[in-house]
Amino acid sequence: MTDQTTTTVGPQAGLTGPARQGQAPSPRDLAARAPAREGAPSPRRPDGPSAAEPVLMTGAQTLVAALERLGVDVVFGIPGGAILPAYDPLFDSRTVRHILVRHEQGAGHAAAGYAQVTGRPGVCIATSGPGATNLVTPLADAYMDSVPVVAITGQVPSGLIGTDGFQEADIAGITLPVTKHNFLVTEAGDIARTVAEAFHVAATGRPGPVLVDIAKDALQAKTQFRWPVPFDLPGYHPVTRPHSRQVREAARMMMAAQRPVLYVGGGVIKAGASADLLTLAELTGMPVVTTLMARGAFPSSHPQNLGMPGMHGKVAAVGALQKADLLVALGARFDDRVTGRLDSFAPEAAVVHADIDPAEISKNRHAEVPIVGDCREVITELAAAFRAERESGQQADLSAWWSQLEAWRATYPLGYDEPEDGSLSPQYAIERIGKLAGPDAIYVAGVGQHQMWAAQFIEHERPRHWLNSGGLGTMGYAVPAAMGAKVGTPESAVWVIDGDGCFQMTNQELATCTVEGIPIKVAIINNGNLGMVRQWQTLFYNERYSQTDLDKAEQGTSAGTRIPDFVKLAEAYGCAGLRCESAAEVDAVIKQAMEINDRPVVIDFIVHRDAMVWPMVAAGTSNDDIKVARDMAPDWDVTE
Amino acid sequence: MSQPPVRLREQEPSAGRHTLSVLVENKPGVLVRIAGLFSRRGFNIDSLAVGPTEHQEISRMTIVVNCAERPLEQVTKQLNKLINVLKIVELEPAVSVQRELLLVKVRADAETRSRVLETVALFRAKVVDVAQDAVTVEATGNRDKLDALIRVLEPFGIKELVQSGMVALGRGSKSITDRALRPIERGAAGSAQ
Repeated sequence: MTDQTTTTVGPQAGLTGPARQGQAPSPRDLAARAPAREGAPSPRRPDGPSAAEPVLMTGAQTLVAALERLGVDVVFGIPGGAILPAYDPLFDSRTVRHILVRHEQGAGHAAAGYAQVTGRPGVCIATSGPGATNLVTPLADAYMDSVPVVAITGQVPSGLIGTDGFQEADIAGITLPVTKHNFLVTEAGDIARTVAEAFHVAATGRPGPVLVDIAKDALQAKTQFRWPVPFDLPGYHPVTRPHSRQVREAARMMMAAQRPVLYVGGGVIKAGASADLLTLAELTGMPVVTTLMARGAFPSSHPQNLGMPGMHGKVAAVGALQKADLLVALGARFDDRVTGRLDSFAPEAAVVHADIDPAEISKNRHAEVPIVGDCREVITELAAAFRAERESGQQADLSAWWSQLEAWRATYPLGYDEPEDGSLSPQYAIERIGKLAGPDAIYVAGVGQHQMWAAQFIEHERPRHWLNSGGLGTMGYAVPAAMGAKVGTPESAVWVIDGDGCFQMTNQELATCTVEGIPIKVAIINNGNLGMVRQWQTLFYNERYSQTDLDKAEQGTSAGTRIPDFVKLAEAYGCAGLRCESAAEVDAVIKQAMEINDRPVVIDFIVHRDAMVWPMVAAGTSNDDIKVARDMAPDWDVTE
Repeated sequence: MSQPPVRLREQEPSAGRHTLSVLVENKPGVLVRIAGLFSRRGFNIDSLAVGPTEHQEISRMTIVVNCAERPLEQVTKQLNKLINVLKIVELEPAVSVQRELLLVKVRADAETRSRVLETVALFRAKVVDVAQDAVTVEATGNRDKLDALIRVLEPFGIKELVQSGMVALGRGSKSITDRALRPIERGAAGSAQ
């Protein structure tokens, strides 16, 4: 018999990779290695018992001690029966700040917002049963957008598990499909190690949410606390180093391609590879498209940035993908909102696909050259390999390609019509916020029309400055996520661009913001409607506006019932409440909001309800059928 | 799985059938992680057998899936992402031993019993229980053999039938488990015959 006896499947098979259990990084290493945002305060790490001297503690105390040693400086949560033992030692912690939210969903999105701006795992805590189930939406959201979140939930005492005890829910079972991994801990002695493992799994490889469910009796029991603790994760070995042969092959294809595109996804931001991407793009002269999750990975103002591709992408970006002969996908996942109808997506292109998650490669679109690895390492090595190739050969001439791209860019810029009735156009309000608050502000959007306009009309110049719910499309994401972002980077201005529909799903966290001193700025793009759904009803359902009118306005007017009155609501929460109803007031009100930094500000922008997001590729159709406005298709053969 | 078992296999072409040996950590909830992954990603499991291995901390699942190459690649990649999965190996039928266990209760009265027993002997199966008008037959083998046995027994009248999922091992002296237990060096094991 020979080696052919068995066929090894998958890149991870064999388990003989470099990351062995004994050499797993300690949580302290991990915390130190986590990509810290420039200027962000470094996590405080108190001295404590070392491995040499175990200390007798309750399970709850080991939980808090582990969080402290992992460098956690803030957690978002709400106490309740099963998690109560953990809240007692948390009360004493000098380094972990607990922010008491108003709803567990807010805690989850806040943890995600914190993680997205800092690059460090965000932490949320909830009790058993309903506390835990309220975390399901933010966990699913973080899973879809690969955000490192650690959720800690109390569970009924281990003897009660499975008996339908009071506030019992099988949260590990419930969150199985929406977490990267989860744990149920029933022994006090396992808590510290499991929490350390949860942080490691959340933050490494393709980041994602991890839930640790801890039985109440495990929190109460006494155990020996040791730190650091070795991991017990024999099956977890994310591959970060790309295969050099694949990289060389990719570089050769990039040299030869006449119509190449760098298709950049959120993985580039997570890998902290923006600077390396800039180098690669300028080295190769290739056009760049940045997906919704990658806005800010490459400066919007850079001449090589064609903008956002996809359902509401720019014509130049969509056209570039469709007509390309080579796509170099970096930390992107060929989402249906980018590809449109998959069988007509980029029909002439060969694909180089680099991602840290092997399962993303060739999932939706076959990759001629798969590269598994961390985007930063991939991009650095691609640049080096490209340089080496260019020393011995000639790169294909991209000038014809660029003149085509420039023609599309010049002919089909982003734009919008001013409403004929003189009411405020939502795009203008958003555009002005972007201009006045500038590229240093962090922008957090909800989901819907306002999200697309914020992605389109704000110049996204820096990574980790644009947060939104891309994959799951969670209305209500913005206010709590902005709260977390502001806590993560208190020195940055954090602007929420929200819709009135989204805002009403989670605005209770404004109370948290006021009480805890988290002065975010909220721009409600208030069209009195579920705007994106209304847009689809306009386009695909014969203007039959079934259940999208939130304030029952008269047809053709923008004056609805204005229930609730967002200015009064803001004031009730202790925020400053402002209102803006015309283009003339926009700049003044934004500036006024920028002046207020001692409490949150809410601006109620009353905007026209019939504004639509363009361009648009209708769901399920080909990118080739993109419309720049209603019934208006671009002419792909246009020349400059 | 809800179809009558006797007819089930004959309708499926064997070309798309793949046998995966999956080594997993022996921890609670691992089976549901694997089963859940298959159902939510829309892959069908033909059969699944799980049990302990020679290492206390490792369980071994033998999963038979019916799909084309590309979905198979996606299945294995997704399985590999599960933290509790240690290793996945596809076992080709030609170079592995694949076995299932069949227990079948066949009508056998005084008139037919001798013919039933003859069939049992031909298939190297054995009778494990005898009643007035029925015998229970135990047989092991690969799918084709068990299918053939069922077909031959069918005319006598099958009262009840149960089959295990497939279990399989690669042929030769190699072991996939000792290579999954990384800290342990085993000099002689794993060398090719």
